[in-house]
Amino acid sequence: MSRFLLRRLLISVPVLLGISVVLFSILALAPGDPFGELALNPNIPPEVRFNLRKQFGLDDPLVVRYVRWLAAMLHGDWGYSFVSRLPVQQLILQRLPTTLFVLGSAYVLALLIALPVGILSAMKPYSFFDQVATTFAFVGYSLPTFFTGLLFILVFSIYLGWLPFIYSSTIEAGGFAWVLEHVRQGAMPITVLGLFEAASLTRFVRSAMLEVIQQDYITTARAKGLAEYRTILKHALRNALIPVVTVVALQIPAIFTGAVITEQIFRVPGIGSLLIAAIESTDTPVVMAVTFVYAALVILFNLLADLIYGLLDPRITYG
Amino acid sequence: MRTQSDKTMTAVRAAPYGATGLAATRPQSLWRNFWRRFCRHRLALVGMTILMVLTLSTLLGPLVYHHRINDIDFAVSLQGPSLAHPLGTDDLGQDLLARILYGGRVSMAVGLVAMLIAILIGTALGATAGYCGGWVDHVLMRLTDLFIALPPLPLLLLVVYLFRDTMRRLFNPELGIFLLIVLVIGGLRWMQPARLVRAAVLSLKEQEFVEAAVALGTPPLRMVLRHILPNALSPVIVAASLGVGSAILAESSLSFLGLGFPPDMPTWGRLLFDAKDHLDSAPHWALSPGTMIFLVVLSINYVGDGLRDALDARKVL
Repeated sequence: MSRFLLRRLLISVPVLLGISVVLFSILALAPGDPFGELALNPNIPPEVRFNLRKQFGLDDPLVVRYVRWLAAMLHGDWGYSFVSRLPVQQLILQRLPTTLFVLGSAYVLALLIALPVGILSAMKPYSFFDQVATTFAFVGYSLPTFFTGLLFILVFSIYLGWLPFIYSSTIEAGGFAWVLEHVRQGAMPITVLGLFEAASLTRFVRSAMLEVIQQDYITTARAKGLAEYRTILKHALRNALIPVVTVVALQIPAIFTGAVITEQIFRVPGIGSLLIAAIESTDTPVVMAVTFVYAALVILFNLLADLIYGLLDPRITYG
Repeated sequence: MRTQSDKTMTAVRAAPYGATGLAATRPQSLWRNFWRRFCRHRLALVGMTILMVLTLSTLLGPLVYHHRINDIDFAVSLQGPSLAHPLGTDDLGQDLLARILYGGRVSMAVGLVAMLIAILIGTALGATAGYCGGWVDHVLMRLTDLFIALPPLPLLLLVVYLFRDTMRRLFNPELGIFLLIVLVIGGLRWMQPARLVRAAVLSLKEQEFVEAAVALGTPPLRMVLRHILPNALSPVIVAASLGVGSAILAESSLSFLGLGFPPDMPTWGRLLFDAKDHLDSAPHWALSPGTMIFLVVLSINYVGDGLRDALDARKVL
């Protein structure tokens, strides 16, 4: 197990390196000079500017600059935010838990909806329930999160006044009230994101289950008198989930897209809204670091998907 | 695949007309057959109708509907739907129907052009990888894997943020931002078509008609363009139709985050971005562009679904 994990980690190193090359080349190709403002200031002689450029190595060849940047990133030195003057890693660490909390709860919600609905649809294909479920999944899949988010605010915050539409990270209450307030403010972002994920997940679960249910070993299980729910849950579901995990792993980058938008709509203080704020205030170190964190998260979740694979399919050995 | 539908076609033609008593049956052409199968999917037909109506109204609407998109009139700001302004007005009193019609042109143009770019890059890379094989295939597929692992929205935001001003200076402001957005969206969406084309090319290049073409001395480029790619068309058509929808969504997300088109180019996403701070006083402002995005994407997805059914020769309809 640990050897498998180690090997997978080693495989993801080149991918991370590739992503860092892509990010760095975008930044290097981009116009703009970090000391451009100094050139406009008459009090600073040009020599000072050239010395600064030399000191920070801005005139070195691209490869040298890349290696230096990568080394700094690996040492945990991610630079300082131009706006707040705080270390970038501190900003990100502050906000990462919120993002992961919203994303994780949304995913749990999506699974809670998609698994039963997908399985029931596949058990009785083209029945009334199946038709309703597939239509809803199709419509939900075409509804962008930014529109559902606004609709939710309109209905639940403005017309009904049930839920707050701004996420606050500092809740001044203790015990039960604290939990309740977290649930109330998290309800809308988590539901919006969760429903969107559930829509596509339901489609995958349904089609994977349909394929498995037709196979001979399911007929055998039924023929030997196994209860239907045991046949479905113990024999069919496990095999049906294998392709579902693959598709979910491929979808992870898209999930982060939805997460950035949801965070922005509901002003959730996560790394997505940090990214947008940093772009609006041209805070390049933060923009670069957040993009890199997103890429690293994608790889991490892919790794997780690989591990789940092994749990579902005993033929895969972690040798 | 063409080879299989050709077979069914010749089978239909070969059947003696008199024997079945259907002497009047017209021979089925490839396209007639395709259309017949497409029409079986009723929701795809509905989707196509909606799509055509919306496209025509964004193209022809401004000829009939004579409100300008930037007529500012504070006397009528934030009004709901009325006879003078069928979809209401925004905070500057600008007519929303005019802005939605104009925005539809931009949104759909972005969707189409971005999809074309994605398909072009994807087909070129996929065909090269599949046809050449060996280390070329290996390198190109690792590149594809790398791009699949990239989070699209953060990257889209990063590139637009860094290159926005340069593109505006290089071209005029509108064209610059249009080109930038279209290129970046297309440049981050070619991976799926590339994989589809590669898979199709891999199986096609082992077939006999390719061998025959090799024997006739067909040069590689001609072989790929004339013999292999036309047969790999169906998965690409399906991916392309769905690609338009996802490109429109990507543009809307970008504009919704305030980083896409400027306010004088009101795409549907941009309208939502402007409307989101007035949800309590003017909900109509957000509802109409949002509904348009939803309708267009839903219709495109249904059309794509119908195309998949119609083009999949394994499915008997």
